[in-house]
This record gives sequence, C-alpha cells and structure tokens, in this order.
Amino acid sequence: MRSFLKSSIATGVLMIAASTASAGEIWVTNEKDDTVSVIDTETLEVIQTYPTGERPRGITFSKDFSLVYICASDSDAVQVMDPNTGEILHDLPSGEDPEQFVLHPDDTHLYIANEDDAITTVVNTKTHKVVAQIDVGVEPEGMAVSPDGKIAITTSETTNMAHWIDTETQELFANTLVDSRPRHAEFAKDGSEMWVSSEIGGTLTVFDTASQTELAKMSFEVPGVHADRVQPVGFEFGPDDAFAYVALGPSNHIAVVNAQTYAVEDYILVGRRVWHMAFNADKSRLFTTNGVSGDVTVVDVAARKAIKSIKVGRFPWGAAFRP
Amino acid sequence: MRRIICVWLLSLMALPAFAETTLDVGYLRVDVARPPVLSNLDAIPENNGIAGAQTGLKDNLTTGKFLGQTYTLTTASVPQGDDPLAAAAQMLAETPYLILDAPAPVLLAIADLPQAQGALLFNASAGDVSLRDSDCRANLFHSLPSDAMRTDALAQVLVQKRWTDLVMIAGTFPADIAYADAIRRSLTKFGLRLSAEKTWDADADMRRTASQEIPLFTQDFGDYDALILADELHDFGRYVLYNTWQARPVVGSEGLSAQTWARVIEQWGAAQLQSRFSDQHSRDMTSLDYAAWAAIRTLGEAVTRTNATDPQTLRDYILSDAFELAGFKGRALTYRAWNGQLRQPIAIAHPRALVAQAPLEGFLHQTNELDSLGLDRPESKCEAFQ
Repeated sequence: MRSFLKSSIATGVLMIAASTASAGEIWVTNEKDDTVSVIDTETLEVIQTYPTGERPRGITFSKDFSLVYICASDSDAVQVMDPNTGEILHDLPSGEDPEQFVLHPDDTHLYIANEDDAITTVVNTKTHKVVAQIDVGVEPEGMAVSPDGKIAITTSETTNMAHWIDTETQELFANTLVDSRPRHAEFAKDGSEMWVSSEIGGTLTVFDTASQTELAKMSFEVPGVHADRVQPVGFEFGPDDAFAYVALGPSNHIAVVNAQTYAVEDYILVGRRVWHMAFNADKSRLFTTNGVSGDVTVVDVAARKAIKSIKVGRFPWGAAFRP
Repeated sequence: MRRIICVWLLSLMALPAFAETTLDVGYLRVDVARPPVLSNLDAIPENNGIAGAQTGLKDNLTTGKFLGQTYTLTTASVPQGDDPLAAAAQMLAETPYLILDAPAPVLLAIADLPQAQGALLFNASAGDVSLRDSDCRANLFHSLPSDAMRTDALAQVLVQKRWTDLVMIAGTFPADIAYADAIRRSLTKFGLRLSAEKTWDADADMRRTASQEIPLFTQDFGDYDALILADELHDFGRYVLYNTWQARPVVGSEGLSAQTWARVIEQWGAAQLQSRFSDQHSRDMTSLDYAAWAAIRTLGEAVTRTNATDPQTLRDYILSDAFELAGFKGRALTYRAWNGQLRQPIAIAHPRALVAQAPLEGFLHQTNELDSLGLDRPESKCEAFQ
C-alpha cells in the first residue's frame, strides 16, 4: 500500500513536471532592476531573470512568440530579445523614452508611445525602420490597436485624450477627451468598443469605435480606501470579454467589471500599487504586477481571489504571456 | 534620421490649422528687495516662476491644437520702485487672466483694482495665511499652498514619528515670522508641544561664523525631539544642521522640509514634468515654477473642458466638482470653494529624497483628506467666495 502511494505520488510529481513543460510563462519587466522575470504559470515560480536595457516597461511578444519586444525607456530603444535564450538580438529605433507599445495584427508594425516627446512612433520590426512619427498630446502612454488593424490608439496623460490613428495614413482622425491622466487603452468585443482608463479621474470610459462617442463611464469605490487613491491604470479582458479586470493602482485592488452591463462587481486585494497584468493560457489565472511591493499576485479568476504572491525584481511594471 | 524628421514635419503640417478659441494669459512679476543672506550658494533663477508658466503654456498648446484652442503668455516684470498697480492695470486691459508673483499687500491692491473686478487672478508666490482667510478676494485664487498647508504637512510627519517635544529658532524677516506663526498654529492643531523658542537675530553680538555659534546657541534648549527652523530666506539655517548641541533632527525651512515642489519628487509621473521642465529651461523646477505651471494648467483644463474663454464660465467651472487637475502629486488637485486655494498634497523632503507626502495615512477628514492641510472650511474667515 505504502509503495503504491509512493509511486502514485511519484507519478503525480511526474505529471506536474510534464504539464510544467507545456505550461506557459508570464514575463514581467522590472522597471528599477533593468531585468525581466519569467514566471512559470503552473509552478508559480520565477524560472528565469534576464538583463534588459534601462528602465524596462512595456513588453509584448511577436505573434508566433519567437521574439519578445521590450520598451527600455531610459535606453531610448525597443529591445528585441530571443525568449528562449534571453539574448538581446538587436534594438529597434523607437524615438525617445518609449514607455508602452502595441504590435499591429500584421505582426510587423509596432506603435510606440514616446512619453517625453508627445509623439507616437511607428516602427517596422522587419526592416528596423521608423515608418511614421505622429504628433499626439503631452505624455503619451496607453496604446491599443483594433483587431482588424485599422485603428491605433494613443492616450496622452497630460492632454487627457485618446488619439485615434488611421493606420493606413498614419494620421489622427479623431481626438476624444477623457478624464484626467489616461493610462491604458484596449479594444473590446471584436473591436466594436474601445476602453480607456483615467488614473487621476478614477474612471474607465467606454467608446463606441464606429462613432468615437462615449457609451459608458465607470467609477470605482473600494471600501475603506479614499477615492483619491483608487486610480485605474492597466486592465485586461477575461474569457470571452465577459469581464474586465482593472488595476486600481495605490488602492491595491483589482476591480472586476461586467463588460456587458458596465457594473463593477467585485474588488480583489492584490499587492501594492498594482500596474498591469496578464492571463495564463486559458485565462483561469491572472498575474498582476505590483510596483511598490515588488511582486506579482496570482489571482484565481473564477474564485476572484488572490492565491499567491511571487517576488520578482524592483518595481515590476509590464506583463505578457507566452505559451 | 533624415527620414524621421521629414515624416515628423509632414505630420505637423497635417494638423488642423484652425484656432477658434484663444486664451491670453499675463504673468506679472513684482520685484522685491532681497536682504543679503550668509551664503550665496543657491542663486534664485532669473526666470523663477516665468519658466514654470512657459512649461504650462507648452502643455496647454499641445492639448489645444487638437481642439482648436490656443493660448498666449505675456510676461512683465516691475522693477523695484516702479508702480506695480499701473503695470497690472495695463495687463488687465489686455486680459482678465493674470498669474502674479508679488508680495501679499501688492496682490491685494491688484485684486482691488477696478480693472480687476471680474478678472481671474492667480497668486503663485505668497503663502500668507491671511490671503486665504479674512483678506481673501473673490477674484484671487491661490495655486501656491499656504504656509499653513506646509506646516500642517510637517506637523503630520512629526506626529507620525512621535517627535512631539519641539523647539524652534526663527529668523527676523517677515517671511520667517509668518512661517513661525504658521508653525505655532500647526503644532497646536496637531497637539504637539513647543517647549522653547529662540530668535536668530543677525544684529546680536555673535562674532564667530554661524556654524561655530550654533552649538552654544542651541545648548540651553536642553533635550527635545526635533529642532524647527523658521528661516524662509535661507539665511542661517543651513549652518544649523550637524552643529546643534544635541544630536537631533532639524526640520522646517531646512533639513526635513515641507515643500510645494522639489527636484526629488519623481513619483506619480512627476519625473516627466521634471524632465520636460529641465529640458526646456536647463535647471530644476522650483515651487514658484510649479505654482505658475499649476495656474496656467488650471486655465488650460477649464478651457479644454468648457471651450469657453470668459472669466465667469471658467471661474464657475474651476470651483465646481467637475474640475480636476492632474498635478503629478498622486491625487486630483481641486480648488477650495471657500477661499480659492488649490488643494494639493505636500511633499516632505530633504535635499536628496522624498521622505513622505502629506496628507499622511491616518489623518482623516470627513470630506477630503487634503483638507487636513491648511484652513478648512469652518476655520477660514473668508467670505468673498460665498
């Protein structure tokens, strides 16, 4: 009996090991350590730490996950890394102080927010050439691109706008005001909606993509936390775009928003000054970067509960998933 | 590189060329005599304040170009001996929007000019509590925190650190006296004890250098938790640190200091404002620069949201609940409806780092924690805003 138990435990360990091999990874940029931490989504351990350029923030993978792009803000470059080796293959010209970016569905064009220059830079990742630089508002940050690739969005923190870029002409075709200090933008529901978070305004604004008009605005109330400290920053959509998960910065909570009714349903306590997040493969777990506490909180999405914190580097900022 | 520049120029040209709304802002500086101080290490920048307004103007212009709104900034300095009221009246003939760098009595005289009635003036330079109290004016807003806001911020840190037994050395310039008054008020407000006070009087018979005088000068304070300096002109205070008889922290005008703005503020996106400013002006941003920046950004934010340029609409909007300014201090900045003071967190910093930002956690308030700093609605005797 005992040996049977032993062997079944051994098999169990083997099975975990096997699933680990096929499990995914969450890549986290550590703004004040000049590194990325790689977390195994099954074991929930940091399995690699790779050096990057200075002040890494935005991070995203190529569509086939063979390359990882990293905004090295203070190195004024987007770095291209081989995710299998951690080797920096080359830098892309990015304009000054790239903070956040988004990869076009064509897998070729990166739209980069140049925070210090009030510019969005478009770079061709294949030719390593700058294709366009587009004047936007002061301190551009949030970046999004519609699923059909026709529209790119830049939000500017001090100008308080979402700038709508026609990706064919690389020109602005609309500018919409939002509440103070917009931080992050995402398209939802097959691109029919565009969402923007406003950090100081404390709101999330939903636009109708076709008309660029406001559909809804949500605000947040975390019990026991002063409204001023409830500051929406990064957010992501869960399975089937049913819910949005919104990082609320120094309130140390993630809000769960019903994406159909725009009602805030829940708040989940995570680490300190939560910034951004990424899901695992089946979106059953959410990984949040917590800038001040220097860790990543793992949230059980169905249970809406934090299940673990994982220590990473100093000031974790961006997060991205690869299978 | 050439290609980048070309494309950039093209995109500039592609911007809409219309400008339907223009807001003209005047910046008036009234020069005052500055008494000599012991050290010349820290010169006051020639463009102090004006540089902040220029950075704010640039921010407004960038935003405005997407909305067909434009802004101008006209600056003027009144040399000592010239009539500041004549200069103000001349500016008010051009625009009702003025940012003022002037002492409190001059601010009041400008606000009381017939030409200033219905104007919107911003005090960027005077911390005097009286301007937010019984001397307030309906047309005078304050983007600079009052002295009381700064000393309340410092008092919160003293409470939190349990440095409850305090002594103070105050200078004799009017700004020192005002700051010392604000300190006494704050210590009472937060239940702290001022067990001794001394005056640093430059006329006293002190024949050694300040740093040699300090140990003896502080010897009879006995024991205490922290020494407060009221030395707003930065005359003797810098020589007090590390020269006190007792090994105790120094706070107030030197050492651990509550400031409107400081180069060590980098959180909350402040690093971006700091670098925008220093790229433009090749120096650090001062508190006066920040107050001037906040004033012109206040106007910009009001124009952006209302698309109006008349003072009444802008004033109503600025005082409404809808107004919020992202001021790189981690919270939305708003104006107190009872005295026109810009609510804002206050940095408590030493020259190398930020130590805390008030309001500190645990200092609660029934409506807005920021109102734990400075004159709260029931305290202020201001009636002009009612």
